[in-house]
Amino acid sequence: MIRFVLSRLAQSLVALAILSVVVFILARATGDPLQLILPMSATAEDYAEARRYLGLDRPYVEQYLSFVGRAVTGDFGVSLRARRPVIELLQERLPNSIRLAAFAMAVSLSIAFPLGVLAAVRKGTGLDRAAQVVAVLGQSLPTFWVSIVLVEVVAGRLQWLPAGGNDAGLASYVLPGFTLGWFVVAGMMRLLRSGMLEVLDSEYVKLARVKGVLEPRVVWIHALKNALIPVVTFAGIYFSILVTTAIVVETVFAWPGLGRLAYEGISARDFPVIQAVVLTTAAIVALVSLSVDCLYAVIDPRIRHGR
Amino acid sequence: MAVPVIDVQDLRTHLVTRWGTVKAVDGVSFSVAEGETLGLVGESGSGKSMTCLSLIRLTPRPASRIVSGSIRLDGDELTTKSEAEMQKIRGRKIAMILQDPMSSLNPVYSIGMQVREPVSMYHGLRGKSLTARAAALLSAVRIPAPETRLRAFPFQMSGGMRQRVVGAMAIAAPPRLLIADEPTTSLDLTIQAQYLGLLEELQHRHRLAMIFITHNLGIVSKICDRVAVMYAGRIVETGPVRQIFKAPAHPYTRALLESIPRLGARREHLTAIDGQPPDLARLPSGCSFAPRCPQVMDRCRVEAPPAFPVAPGQTSACWLHATA
Amino acid sequence: MAAEPATGAALPLPDVQARPSTESRARRLPVFSLGIIALFVLVAILAPLLSPADPADQSLRNRFKPPVWMEGGTAKHLLGTDRLGRDMLSRIIWGSRVSLAAGVITVLIASAFGAAVGLVAGYYGGRVDVVLMRITDATMSFPVILLALILAVTIGPSFTNVVVAIAVILWARYARVMRGQVLTLMNLDFIAQARIAGAGAWRIITRHLFPNTLNTLVVLVTLQIGYVIILEASLSFLGAGIPPPTPAWGSMIAEGREFVTSAWWVSGLPGLAILLVVLAFNLLGDWLRDTLDPKLRQL
Repeated sequence: MIRFVLSRLAQSLVALAILSVVVFILARATGDPLQLILPMSATAEDYAEARRYLGLDRPYVEQYLSFVGRAVTGDFGVSLRARRPVIELLQERLPNSIRLAAFAMAVSLSIAFPLGVLAAVRKGTGLDRAAQVVAVLGQSLPTFWVSIVLVEVVAGRLQWLPAGGNDAGLASYVLPGFTLGWFVVAGMMRLLRSGMLEVLDSEYVKLARVKGVLEPRVVWIHALKNALIPVVTFAGIYFSILVTTAIVVETVFAWPGLGRLAYEGISARDFPVIQAVVLTTAAIVALVSLSVDCLYAVIDPRIRHGR
Repeated sequence: MAVPVIDVQDLRTHLVTRWGTVKAVDGVSFSVAEGETLGLVGESGSGKSMTCLSLIRLTPRPASRIVSGSIRLDGDELTTKSEAEMQKIRGRKIAMILQDPMSSLNPVYSIGMQVREPVSMYHGLRGKSLTARAAALLSAVRIPAPETRLRAFPFQMSGGMRQRVVGAMAIAAPPRLLIADEPTTSLDLTIQAQYLGLLEELQHRHRLAMIFITHNLGIVSKICDRVAVMYAGRIVETGPVRQIFKAPAHPYTRALLESIPRLGARREHLTAIDGQPPDLARLPSGCSFAPRCPQVMDRCRVEAPPAFPVAPGQTSACWLHATA
Repeated sequence: MAAEPATGAALPLPDVQARPSTESRARRLPVFSLGIIALFVLVAILAPLLSPADPADQSLRNRFKPPVWMEGGTAKHLLGTDRLGRDMLSRIIWGSRVSLAAGVITVLIASAFGAAVGLVAGYYGGRVDVVLMRITDATMSFPVILLALILAVTIGPSFTNVVVAIAVILWARYARVMRGQVLTLMNLDFIAQARIAGAGAWRIITRHLFPNTLNTLVVLVTLQIGYVIILEASLSFLGAGIPPPTPAWGSMIAEGREFVTSAWWVSGLPGLAILLVVLAFNLLGDWLRDTLDPKLRQL
């Protein structure tokens, strides 16, 4: 089991390393940040001096190595635009994104699980059909459309919930969380339903019934655990998607998170910020992926013992 | 004559499919006494499994239902019981062993959990005594080092071992009737014999009535006292094993016995039964074996024959044996 | 006879002789989905002919005209006008070109490349597989929208950028799935037999592996088109997608953002268009999966 975790960890680090190179190149590809920072009247000498000051005149390889070296210790440099250490910006914004993603995940799972399982158990009934409609719609509706409608109607017209920001406590989580989580509910529910349908058809479930095990126990204990593996995979993927594509939702709802930070960074050609955001995102994805794999091992003893 | 453990009279189970109503069990009657083993023989689709699933009311829902007939367990009528009452019967009074050991055990739970579950359900035991009883069950099916095995997982065991675990779960109560649905079909030949021996021992110890479903006549001759031959949802012949093997009455039974290649007997060719088993959604009127019967008569195509006695304890549902 | 309770004991059908199961596979054709897709494809192709007006035609006098079935609507603008007085129907018709083209082209490129990578990785195994999969994993973890934004800022937003940005990351998914399929196939005997018969790598991959993974590919492609259309719309919404004046459903929604409760049709109708198209592709993809290969439930 330890070997399993360690090998996955090593793989994640390799992936991150590759990513850091890509990110480094891409960030610089956004253009010259100095054009946005220095006033119009700046002369060539001003440019040269600013470049020296910011360390942008050193050879690329050197810049990359120093970037990686410091990144490992958490030092992502100083934001070219905000003149503050990037790490501070991250510390302000990242928790907000994670909280939102966690909220959305929690709500989605608590809806998707019972719905998915029940849809399978009551296959063909009204509940099942309704659930399938919800699922398909959830994956076909564009998130941003739903968000703006919600902002205008629920926050604007009805004034039930705040339109943006995260300063209204739990209430401000509701709209953006719902928007983000909507398609997670859809996907998870379908997975659970199809997984459960397959498992409920299996020989071991038949034997459990033959033994006289009561039906609720057959469904929730005997069947469910077996249907979990693909669900866990997708939970991981969805969480990563939530954190990374939250950019749209964060924009609509003015949520001070990682997505907005990225948007601002890119618009300002703020290399350190861009690099830091992308790396952080990738690290989160890698971490989630690792946790998911560990979770597999917990659920399925066959994986735990190396198959 | 003591009340038989299980007594089935004219059982009919229908299955509604998109191709029509399938008469999976079409008027089946038999009984099994304590300590007796009845072999239920027939080709795939003859209704053997459906009959036994009907006994515990676990036929596929909502498509199937028991349409008519009576099932008495120790004299107690089962067809009128509620689902809650049936759940008390399953496992406790009637237990079943399924065919494929590789898929009958839940892969994500330990053997211990799966064996403890019935013991705790039927006897209300907890903690140490529960574990002790579970280990005892494993020894009863001759699994070595039972305490360690409780912590193992199915994927760590061979097919033969898994089937023993299934056997252990089946005798946890112990039940009155044990239904074994082709339990050795997926096992290696050498293991088969051991397993059959184990079943006989368990039957003897707990005085079980046993129904043994198989398509293998060799096993029937070894372990069964009586045999019922099924075809297209009906029982066509029943009787003591020795008698049936020596003097099969029904043309289908005859054909089955003849189709077994025998060592030592000089044959020019293998005999197979001509034709295909019928589509159970479209049974012909009259005897269902008529299209393939080498001794078919006109009457057979029109009227389905009831069971006629042909010898003490032996009946055959064939117009050839019509009395009077 | 007892009343049979309907509670859940739904066991699989044991061996019952009935008609062969090949018939149960072919379900009814998804007429709705195919119809919608055909409609939009037709509209996209015939846009110049079908569009009642020039989508860029502004008319400040005719701003915010509601659709024809509402009060104040005119037959001249069946679906109303937006805040610059441009005809909504025309804009939606022209917008379909962008969305469908983006969806289809991106997915085709990504799937072609990704499938190739997956086939190669699965066939060769070993080092090749490990390296390719590391790259695939690294790619998958890069956020698409961020990449598109970066491209939009550096090179400027354009149709090509959108396609590139999405395709460059999307291929990884295909590679993963195809590799998985190939691994399963490699265990089967017919590959070994082909090798024994002397077939080389290229032949095995193209003649034996690929045709057997085609089902999976088709299902994945169909399901992804909808996803890409939404992605493109999201990018246009953020301003990083197709730049004006080309009408794109996403940017149309962005423009109508403040008027959701007043002139709802400006955002509502393009949103509805997206919903219909994506829904159609998703339903079609589901049907394809159920017909071709039900084991692909994870998709």
